[in-house]
Amino acid sequence: MSIRIQKDKCIGCGQCTEACPGNLIKKGVDGKAEIRHIRDCWGCTSCVKECPVNAILFYLGADIGGRGSVLTVSEKGDISTWRVEDAFGNVETIRINKKDSNKY
Amino acid sequence: METRQIETDVLIIGGGTAGCFAAITLGAAKDKRIVVAEKANIKRSGCLAAGVNALNAYITEGRKPEDYVEYAKKDAAGIVREDLLLTMSRRLNHVTKKMEEFGLVILKDEKGRYVARGNRNIKINGENMKPLLAEETARQDNVTVLNHVNITDYRLVEEHGRTVVRGAYGFDVNKPVFYEIHAKAVICAAGGAAGLYRPNNPGFSRHKMWYPPFNTGAGYAMGILAGAEMTTFEMRFIALRCKDTIAPTGTIAQGVGAKQVNARGEIYETKYGLTTSGRVYGTVMENRAGRGPCYLRTTGISKEQEQDLYKAYLNMAPSQTLRWLECGKGPVEENVEIEGTEPYIVGGHTASGYWVNADRSTTVPGLFAAGDVAGGCPQKYVTGALAEGEIAAEAVLRYLAQEDAESEDREQNGREQREKEQNDREYKDRGPSADGTEPGIPNDAQEKKAEYEAFLAGEESGFSAEQLEEAMQKIMDEYAGGIHTDYRYNEERLAIAAKKIRELMPLLYKLHAGDMDDLLRIYEVRERLIVCQAVIAHLAARKETRWHSFGENTDYPEKSEKWRKFVNSRMVDGEIQIIYRNLKNGGICHEHTDSEG
Repeated sequence: MSIRIQKDKCIGCGQCTEACPGNLIKKGVDGKAEIRHIRDCWGCTSCVKECPVNAILFYLGADIGGRGSVLTVSEKGDISTWRVEDAFGNVETIRINKKDSNKY
Repeated sequence: METRQIETDVLIIGGGTAGCFAAITLGAAKDKRIVVAEKANIKRSGCLAAGVNALNAYITEGRKPEDYVEYAKKDAAGIVREDLLLTMSRRLNHVTKKMEEFGLVILKDEKGRYVARGNRNIKINGENMKPLLAEETARQDNVTVLNHVNITDYRLVEEHGRTVVRGAYGFDVNKPVFYEIHAKAVICAAGGAAGLYRPNNPGFSRHKMWYPPFNTGAGYAMGILAGAEMTTFEMRFIALRCKDTIAPTGTIAQGVGAKQVNARGEIYETKYGLTTSGRVYGTVMENRAGRGPCYLRTTGISKEQEQDLYKAYLNMAPSQTLRWLECGKGPVEENVEIEGTEPYIVGGHTASGYWVNADRSTTVPGLFAAGDVAGGCPQKYVTGALAEGEIAAEAVLRYLAQEDAESEDREQNGREQREKEQNDREYKDRGPSADGTEPGIPNDAQEKKAEYEAFLAGEESGFSAEQLEEAMQKIMDEYAGGIHTDYRYNEERLAIAAKKIRELMPLLYKLHAGDMDDLLRIYEVRERLIVCQAVIAHLAARKETRWHSFGENTDYPEKSEKWRKFVNSRMVDGEIQIIYRNLKNGGICHEHTDSEG
């Protein structure tokens, strides 16, 4: 369970470093975000949600079934769009309206 | 390290569910100043970081608070404080209403009534529950939030022949700043303890666990060190979870009615009882009998149900949805494998924590506890934590008023202090004086600061906080009833665990912190080691098996009437001493004086 920060996309805004509940992300010498302890991520996706440029990819470690898919989320108004891209480039999206309650 | 001294009326340690709600409640007391110290940022810290998919403690139509008390009591085989459960249960619907006012989406029927999921649950969209609580906290103009400040110890003061909590010490997790916080009262809402035992995925995904891995038992450890009485650490919590992702199972079980089945497809859950511990125990026993792995039988649900499960999990545990999509087989096609987690100590689910009065005051004057740190009151879940935050906040106001009334002098000083502070809304940095003597700072603060600085100044010893954590988790796993032994332990094993954990303590002081984050890791492992000592002492003290898996003592495999009592403890001169206390029924106020051998 961890995240991968895409350095080319990161704008160094610091929102992920602020939001991580484990103080796991810091600003590197290049002013961009980097994860301090890659094994310490809980998988809460707070940073993925906070990142304004979708620079943070969420993935499962190989030990818990990860095979290369990455998860991102973007928000527009009440709609959260979750996007999973697998290792072969296939994309699946799931939209959730924040005004809708969970069915379960 | 620079010193920052802060004066406030109330310090809340931990800005999670209970801490934020306590702050919001105190926001109405405009003449009081409140500081929330949070080691992360309150926006997404604590248990609600990823979201929550339902409110599991609610009094649904036709039921009453007493029914909830009965449910929790039965689930815990009687080891609960009914007064605490009742005071909490009476507020569950009120705090839910407050959350709706803050913006929480709750599913309603055409008549505008909340839609229930089972007897005690209502359906919500809780992905943003923590940001909503954080926003409401920030809206209180008498509340100051100190994000990224880690508290390690209470500030204890001798007053009129008794020890009183008057604030706390801590440090900024990123910058070399020592915090000395003076407060008239403290609410501890620092959460429970994860990471005591070796986790399900000990390698790369070691933090893919049920409870936040950042909840390291700081609140318990500080209480133990301050001599507070603690209760029921032997009732550990083990969650039944989706294998690998450690995502919730209740959503599937209750949502689509999936039953627990073994490898042969037999429904086994009814064989072992449907209590929280029974569901875990049944899974352990089926595996031991060679009938594992175990599953939630989801095959055959509709595609629409599958889509709804994907959405529900994205709103609280996104890794499970990712896992389903990753392997190309959703719950329609494949049953969901389940497993028990490593044991946690968490007063929001079981009864571990501070021994408190009905108003959530602890045995140490000036200290109150709410949420996962408060004992005796299991099955709180989110709404119960909110309720306890409110109860503790109200009690703090009464405590402050009583203190004022008790001493006219103190009242006078307090008023002057408040006036002074009101003129000076910004907290001023009272850093060290030019000659470095820092006048006005008491010696214990200087000692605490020196302790932090020693870690920062020390040299590499070959030991690291990570190494100590792994060693501790291995000991707990093998000797104190972790996954390794199917949660079983006996007296011999516990004695070994106690010895080995004690041996690790001196290594703590060999650790070196290269930066403030390293210092945080050192204090986190210190907290866990202290909590482990209490857990081991409690497990050894209850000579029966009252809850399967949660407390499976193979020397005493049966439940005994003799043990219908609380196992409590206090640290005296560095040793955990056990105190037994009788159960009292009804909503009778449980005072601290009912000592019994």
